[in-house]
Amino acid sequence: MQDPETGTQPTQASQHHDAGAHGQGGDAHAHDHAPHLAHHFDTPTQQFESGKLGMWVFLATEILMFGGLFAAYGMYRGNHPEIYLYAHHYLDTTLGAINTIILLASSFTVAWGVRAAQKGQRKLLVTLLLLTLLGGFGFMGIKAIEYTSKFTHDLWPGSANMFYNPTLNPMFADANDPRAAQLEAIRHLEEYYGIRGGHGGGGHGGGHAGAIEQPRITLTDDADPGDAEAASGQGEAPGPSPAVERSMINPPAVGAGGLSEEALGEAPSHVAPHMPAAAAGATLTYEDLPPTEQSRAHMFFQIYYMMTGLHAVHVLVGLGLISWITVRSFRGAFGPAYYTPVDLVGLYWHLVDLIWIFLFPLLYLIH
Amino acid sequence: MTDDHAHESPRQASTSTELHAPDHDAHAAGHAAPLWLLAAVFAALLVLTGATVAVTQIQLGPLNVWLALLIATVKAALVVLYFMHLRWDSPFNATILISALLFVAVLTGAVIHDSREYRPLLDRPQSTPRRVAVAGQRDRRRPSRAGCGTAGTRDGAK
Amino acid sequence: MSANPQATDIYGKPLPADADNYLTHSRGIASWLLTLDHKRIGIMYMVAILTFFFVGGVFALLLRTELLTPEATIGTAVGMSEDEAYRFYNQMFTLHGAVMVFLFIIPAIPAILGNIILPMMVGAKDVAFPRLNLASWYLYMIGGTFFLWVLAKGVLNSLFPALAGFWGGGGLDTGWTFYTPYSSSASGTAVIAAVFGAFVLGFSSILTGVNFIATIHMLRAPNQGWFRLPLFLWALYATAIIQILATPVLAITLLLLAAERILGIGVFDPARGGDPVLFQHFFWFYSHPAVYIMVLPAFGVISEIISSFSRKHIFGYKFIAFSSVAIALLGFLVWGHHMFVSGQSAAANVIFSLLTFSVAIPSAIKVFNWVTTMYKGAIRLDTPMLFAMGFIMLFTIGGLTGLFLGALAVDIHVHDTYFIVAHFHFVMVGSMMFAFLGGMFYWFPKMFGKMYNEFWGRVAAAVIFIGFNLTFYIQFVAGSQGMPRRYATYLPEFQVHHVTSTIGAYVLAIGLLMVLANWIHSLVKGRPAPANPWGHNSLEWHTASPPPHENFLRAPRGSDPYHFDQWHYDETIDGYVLDPEQPAGAAAPQPAPAHQR
Repeated sequence: MQDPETGTQPTQASQHHDAGAHGQGGDAHAHDHAPHLAHHFDTPTQQFESGKLGMWVFLATEILMFGGLFAAYGMYRGNHPEIYLYAHHYLDTTLGAINTIILLASSFTVAWGVRAAQKGQRKLLVTLLLLTLLGGFGFMGIKAIEYTSKFTHDLWPGSANMFYNPTLNPMFADANDPRAAQLEAIRHLEEYYGIRGGHGGGGHGGGHAGAIEQPRITLTDDADPGDAEAASGQGEAPGPSPAVERSMINPPAVGAGGLSEEALGEAPSHVAPHMPAAAAGATLTYEDLPPTEQSRAHMFFQIYYMMTGLHAVHVLVGLGLISWITVRSFRGAFGPAYYTPVDLVGLYWHLVDLIWIFLFPLLYLIH
Repeated sequence: MTDDHAHESPRQASTSTELHAPDHDAHAAGHAAPLWLLAAVFAALLVLTGATVAVTQIQLGPLNVWLALLIATVKAALVVLYFMHLRWDSPFNATILISALLFVAVLTGAVIHDSREYRPLLDRPQSTPRRVAVAGQRDRRRPSRAGCGTAGTRDGAK
Repeated sequence: MSANPQATDIYGKPLPADADNYLTHSRGIASWLLTLDHKRIGIMYMVAILTFFFVGGVFALLLRTELLTPEATIGTAVGMSEDEAYRFYNQMFTLHGAVMVFLFIIPAIPAILGNIILPMMVGAKDVAFPRLNLASWYLYMIGGTFFLWVLAKGVLNSLFPALAGFWGGGGLDTGWTFYTPYSSSASGTAVIAAVFGAFVLGFSSILTGVNFIATIHMLRAPNQGWFRLPLFLWALYATAIIQILATPVLAITLLLLAAERILGIGVFDPARGGDPVLFQHFFWFYSHPAVYIMVLPAFGVISEIISSFSRKHIFGYKFIAFSSVAIALLGFLVWGHHMFVSGQSAAANVIFSLLTFSVAIPSAIKVFNWVTTMYKGAIRLDTPMLFAMGFIMLFTIGGLTGLFLGALAVDIHVHDTYFIVAHFHFVMVGSMMFAFLGGMFYWFPKMFGKMYNEFWGRVAAAVIFIGFNLTFYIQFVAGSQGMPRRYATYLPEFQVHHVTSTIGAYVLAIGLLMVLANWIHSLVKGRPAPANPWGHNSLEWHTASPPPHENFLRAPRGSDPYHFDQWHYDETIDGYVLDPEQPAGAAAPQPAPAHQR
């Protein structure tokens, strides 16, 4: 969908050289045809500015398109903070942080590349663009690793997601009691991801290492399957299950997109004593969630996949555009007099970076 | 919209024989950002990425998410101003960006506000203690919400 | 009027026989399909959009015929079961709405008249991004193809029911609004194809908007400041703002809807933990501003026509210009008035109701200025002016009934009744379609270099006006008495309303066919048009009809578009000419009359 936008760029501006503009400004009239000047523009400057204006308008549309997803995110997070608090543990913060740095670095190389084009440094420009491509592919590679590891644990987008409403979930369609089968599967998943203590999670436990280490809390009062069954009673259960009880004790302060941590932070009775007080984020388990929230827990993954998926599509488009720019700059198409495509593709790539700057803390660093 | 003081158009200068004003040309020709500045911005972005990860360790309650968003906004501003050259660019491009963000804010704000308003009503049949607690908590800020006028309508709609 | 067999230039001199014009500039189908010329793209848009207008009109007649009797009329006649007949009706009104909204009303004025006229009005050779412009036409065609596919599947499925098992349901029965969860979980029709069609059409609309903003900003003629832009361009600029800022939200909404239907993500489905009100917020965040995408360009057309045929400078230029922008911006803040009874919170209801009233202010400013422009003008009742005057009346009714609907208490009473149907048809058909037809007649000489037939144009305008009011005025009455919309059957006491309405629909259709016949006949047999048949001073009249490939032989300069004094009527060509001693545009900087400063 971006291709039509940049598809005009071959018609677009050749650019005044800083020095040349003043020297030639006086005699630059309609007959002075710069090689890249389209017939309906009077000057290369006008053409360059038009291209930039058009690109910024297009970026505005991109911002609003993602804006819809951010609104959906904000609405669900505002109303169901526990889901986000619980489900974000399935994301790998280390990989997310690495991807952030990769994208920032590729943004830097593109910005540098525009400068190199403006200065006419062709080899430097090609090198920087190749580095940017490398960053983009690296980002997509890591994204692929993240997605694959989720798919192998049945954390799919859509109705195949582990947390999907059990009566609708095709995974549990043939179980006698889909609800129990789902709870069992989720328990195993939580153990694997180290959300639930006990047998020690698998490889992904390490994903939360380092600066973002989150203590694994074993909640002591929710191991009884009988309680879990009670909790599954879709809120009809008069005797509140531990999950409901805890929620009552610690009502989440629901902010607009704001997350209540203070409530969970002050819940010492449910928190294992070895936990460092400074990092008191208790790791919720599925059964800690109120029943109404349990049936919505899959929503985090749906929004995660929609947001990162649409972002990934934009990265792929950006990679295509940068490849095209790289080939052209290798052929020496750009220089101080004409670098509009580099500039515009750079703007697009920065926007992709911008979106990720917001996606990273909102999805991976929920607290 | 703003240049109403004269009947000017971008094509004015090109057909007249006057020279461009130097400052006009400077931004039109594209400003080559100094390399040290780009590198400094990149370094600042890395530091801020570290910071955003680090602040998740601090318990600030609901402020955590706002702090994370604040840091992200600062990062985004750096990218926009320096990597995307907006600092040296035509002010209209900044207008476009800001209005896009404003409209995202309008949409997001309205959706979040509205859904928080009607949510307790939707969940009422299932609302065991949790909902009561939440509603009670909000009552401190908005005392009138318990007697929300559309309750009847909403039940009808359901 | 004396028929002059020869085309003339702006000075009334005959054009040489080999004069360049965009229609004959190059030949062959490829020279059209690959053209970057904004005028040719506009013509291609015109053919496509009018085709879909016809399709939507056929559905309108079908559903009006269905409503002739209180029972299932067409269904019974062709031997459907009752259930099938009702489903058939659901598809009729859905397809009528979806085709008309997405394929006709939204693109019509910007993509046809805007594309052809806008670059000429700023004295440019083309829009800023000609390739994007062509891409937007292809996107429109792709989006239209999705809708045709929906139709074809529906027709084939009803002929050969076994096909439904092979490729799924056809047609569309969700209403043009695609409300969830019906559209995402329950409907058995081709929702996905329609959603992708609307998605692609959205991108077509965005590209047009990008082009218009960049063109108006960067390509204005020398000496043409913002306040020498014709008001049509202010209207298109305001429209482009909406296209840019609202359409992407529709895109993401439709993507989520498709993901919900294909993958079952459930974001909009309460049974899966989602929220249908969120869908409505998203949808109306686009679709309410889209109402202004439909009607703002119409305001622009009317401003041109009223001033032109009153032979008078437009009254309150700046008020009309800024009211367009104000409507565009305020239009973003009122979407919640579509959701008063959909589960939106009381607080939001009150806020949105209040904001809705504020849109009335800039709209009323416009009507006031148009009427004041006509006051003491030398009014010429040509076909475009007839449509424009019809517009003012119908838009006033449509706008004022909008205020009824913006009032919370009244809205709850008339919500989902024919009152709503009548209201938005007064705005969309009574306003937008009248302005579109008026604009087409107004610029027809410029676009094709031929004059249309004035007599039959006036007759058609009268027939359309009568047919329209017959169709829709009575729906206000039916709605306020409680006739609900979107039902194939109704209580017998409403039959008189429905029969009147159906007769009106046929009259309206006859009027529209008269317009089409007039255009086709004039294309072939019309007399050559003068460069400026109306004496208007905006820049598109400063070149031959039809214009040469690059629009102007000599680059024009901007001047006050509503200052007509330099144009003199020449009865030998029945048009207005400039004095050759006074070069066009250069003569313009006479001080404008004091009343408009």
